Amino acid sequence: MHVLIAVASLGGFALIAGLLLSLAQKKFRVEGDPMVEKIDAVLPQTQCGQCGYPGCKPYAEAVARGEADINHCVPGGERTMHQLADLMGVEPKPLAEEPTAPMVAFIREDDCIGCTLCIKACPVDAIVGAPKQYHTVIADYCTGCTLCVEPCPVDCIDMLLKPELIEHWAWPLPETERARIGRERKGSHARAA
Amino acid sequence: MPIVSSPHLHGGDSIRLTMMSVILALLPASLMAIYLFGWLAVFIITTSMATCMLAEWLCLRCMGRSTKAVWDGSAALTGLLLALTLPPTLPWWMVVLGSIFAIVLGKQVYGGLGFNLFNPALSARVILLISFPLQMTTWIVPMGDARAVVDLYDIAVAWSLFWSGPEAIGHTLDAITMASPLGHVKTEWTVGVGVTDALVHYNYSYLDAFLGFEAGSLGETSAMALLVGGIYLLARHTITWHIPFAYLATVALLAAVFNAIDAERFAPPMFHLLAGGLMLCAFFMATDPVSSPVTPLGRLFFGMGCGILTWCIRTFGGYPEGAMFAVLLMNCAVPLIDHYCRPRVYGHSVDRDAGS
Amino acid sequence: MPALLKRLGQVLGWMPAGFFGGIEVPDRKLTAHEPIRECPVPDVLILPMKQHIGEQCHPCVHIGDHVLKGQKIAATEGYMAAPVHAPVAGKVVKIEEHRIAHPSGLGLPCIFIEPDGSDGEHRYEPWADWETRDPAELRERVRECGIVGLGGAVFPTFIKLVRDQHHPINTLILNGIECEPYLTTDHRLMLEHADEIVRGLSILRYMVGARECVIAIEDNKQDAVEVMRQAVVRASLTGVRVIAMPTRYPQGSEKQLIESITGKQVPAGKLPVHIGVLCQNVATARAVYHAIEHGRALTERVVTVSGEAMPRPGNLRIPFGAPVRFVLAQCGLEDLDGVHVLHGGPMMGERLRSVDVPVVKATNGLLALHEEQIHGLNAEEQPCIHCGHCGEVCPIRLVPNLLADHCRNDAFERAEAYQLFDCIECGCCSYVCPSSIPLVHYFRYGKGQLAQIRRAETFAEESRRRSEARERRLAREREAKQARRRARKASTPAQAEDGEG
Repeated sequence: MHVLIAVASLGGFALIAGLLLSLAQKKFRVEGDPMVEKIDAVLPQTQCGQCGYPGCKPYAEAVARGEADINHCVPGGERTMHQLADLMGVEPKPLAEEPTAPMVAFIREDDCIGCTLCIKACPVDAIVGAPKQYHTVIADYCTGCTLCVEPCPVDCIDMLLKPELIEHWAWPLPETERARIGRERKGSHARAA
Repeated sequence: MPIVSSPHLHGGDSIRLTMMSVILALLPASLMAIYLFGWLAVFIITTSMATCMLAEWLCLRCMGRSTKAVWDGSAALTGLLLALTLPPTLPWWMVVLGSIFAIVLGKQVYGGLGFNLFNPALSARVILLISFPLQMTTWIVPMGDARAVVDLYDIAVAWSLFWSGPEAIGHTLDAITMASPLGHVKTEWTVGVGVTDALVHYNYSYLDAFLGFEAGSLGETSAMALLVGGIYLLARHTITWHIPFAYLATVALLAAVFNAIDAERFAPPMFHLLAGGLMLCAFFMATDPVSSPVTPLGRLFFGMGCGILTWCIRTFGGYPEGAMFAVLLMNCAVPLIDHYCRPRVYGHSVDRDAGS
Repeated sequence: MPALLKRLGQVLGWMPAGFFGGIEVPDRKLTAHEPIRECPVPDVLILPMKQHIGEQCHPCVHIGDHVLKGQKIAATEGYMAAPVHAPVAGKVVKIEEHRIAHPSGLGLPCIFIEPDGSDGEHRYEPWADWETRDPAELRERVRECGIVGLGGAVFPTFIKLVRDQHHPINTLILNGIECEPYLTTDHRLMLEHADEIVRGLSILRYMVGARECVIAIEDNKQDAVEVMRQAVVRASLTGVRVIAMPTRYPQGSEKQLIESITGKQVPAGKLPVHIGVLCQNVATARAVYHAIEHGRALTERVVTVSGEAMPRPGNLRIPFGAPVRFVLAQCGLEDLDGVHVLHGGPMMGERLRSVDVPVVKATNGLLALHEEQIHGLNAEEQPCIHCGHCGEVCPIRLVPNLLADHCRNDAFERAEAYQLFDCIECGCCSYVCPSSIPLVHYFRYGKGQLAQIRRAETFAEESRRRSEARERRLAREREAKQARRRARKASTPAQAEDGEG
């Protein structure tokens, strides 16, 4: 008899706990993979594909799955790598490729034949134009991904250095020995924020 | 030509000036030490300072840094501070060892000046205390005391004592030493004698303690000399009043309250203030900028923490003196104190978040 | 209680002025007794399209146009901007980018004017009867005349001159503090043009409806205090106090001056108007007087040309756009070997990388110093010894040494939590640092990096939005294509059936 009571009460507890758990799962269900969103949020969204994935979101998914390393985002540079290391809980590592200066695409309108191929290639719709008309890059929207350069049949797209604006100029670190030592140490192991 | 930011003028203060002012402030205490302990004090102070500077030079050399920093006075100051906390009978090699500890383990392993978590002189003193407990708690009778048997003003005698130990001058260590007031009170309590009686037995007087005529470390005995130096530092604005005030006030307050509760168990406040290394710690050790907080509020908390710990260790701990342990323990808390004791920034409301 | 504490602090010397912190700087007012003299007109004037804080202007003249003195040559588009006027009559010879006084050494679009020696002048209608006019009308005039704060911050003046019933202005402070070493422009203006400044004060007071006015002057300029007091008496104004403040840097900073005088702090992220205070520089007040009563646009200013390396220091009235090299030559300085020229005072001004830049509205001083006087070029940064002097002098009550560590280590989020953006870059911390740490430089680095990070984040957000919009569009197009295909498939067999049937 006592055995039955014990079994029944424990079984009852188990049942209630199970119900609560299943309810909690329904109630607090997380849509999608939050890690992918978080990783995507720190990527620079240039959609350049320099990481070997067709865009920032796919790279984020690959990093979240653990397939891709954290150091492949070229435009993001050191800072993005550190942020990814933080998110993934892994050690920072040197960048796979040296970061390049920010670029912007420029179409030589004299040579453009209005084929619209570059417009189709642009991941952020930063090129405007109609068939048989000159195309133009909206410099403010261009992420400098270079995806438009290859498709152009007449090779009329140049990648130019982004012009340096006085409003966007930032003070460099002081050129003192201390700052230099700090910089070197940071490069080796310190975490950026 | 590098880009230099404003301001283009500078007030002219430098690390060397800061360190030199502290060394100058320690001059009264050093002179007092020489007066009380004769040539022994001279030997210990010079050995310690020279060894510290040499150790600093070697460390900088090994790390490939500029050896100009030897002359910024920080190593010399560490040496002087260490010397002043040492008992006068310490043999030369322990002084040398302590100086090397101070610079290498207390300072340079952290990355040199400005990066050490603990006060280098105090950490070296603690290492010595743990390694050589007997020698580090043996106090000689100072000159000017009727019980003094060794003429420390005689350079040959002092040198033998410093170089070869008391046997070289035909004494046993016991014959020339006496207990410090703190140690005396503590041992008497363990055999059941109350504070009042213990002090009477010791022939203790506040005036002697204030002037420095009692057994103790080289520079710790004379509260007067230390006060003069401390006031100079305050006037010169090398240190601020927060840490010494909070430290001394906390000790005095705790002592007064508990002395009022039980005068036989707990020593009176004046005794605490004048005894041991408290004055030296309050004005010169706890205020060591590198290992103390930078914000005014933080400094008050730091001083209070030192005070509470000092009193607790003296009263309940195994060691008679607790000032140096207290300061070292509080040193660990400095980064935390600094982070949470930032002042209210102009135009921000008081209930701002404490930061990340 | 806080007032009592402050008083106690002043007596005991923690708080010698009415604001926290601050330092005593050397006076070095070499030109305090030099009357203002006229600077000749150079061969060409270079007028940058942005001489204020805010948005850039756009040229409204063309190359080859003839312009009159005081004619508007660049108009504003945004709200926060001040137009630019021709300082002399002449011809617009070119419009192109030219180097300006900026630490980057970069340039801005500039209008080049060649003076033709004629004295044609464009003036707005003089309003001697301003007391009968609507303050909004006067405000529009101040904006049209391109007036900006001449103390050095160059904030467009009209923006501050609002009458807002939610924030009525109680106190109007006229800033004659001039706490930077060397600079004497405000000092000389007060001595020589006291009446005009007081007229300007009356206009400003009328515009904002302030009850109380304070003319604040540091007590190292007692003569100016006296002259201003007499001018106020002459103008028979009531409710205007001229007060001599204890000399302490950076009292001339708006926030510190307001704290000194009213005891109140401007809340973070707010303007002085939110606590009922308006603060204007004395030179700005005079410019307002000229704009209203004489219809003159802002085309020139007084500049202190001084420094130990300057052969003939003085206070010069200089038309905007005059090249600095030309101005220095007027004071006898032509050989620039081993000499460094500062734009502004030695505490907050910048070292010029080239003297081929124009004088602009922000130029309150041009100082020639010997190389050994520039601390940043002679001192080696040493490790911080945590002495805390920087925090004791910081008028904002930051913890500069920890803040600089965060900036140096690129811990920018941490730096922001330590209120990096509240720093006014007054330089007190660097001035007292025994380790010669260029703290202000680290703060500027941190601020610049944070601004770049913010820009990159905004840009990434925008790019993501555009990229996702494109994905959706492509998906829609695919959908439509498939729908068409299905529709065709659906209709083809039907047609076949039709054919068969």
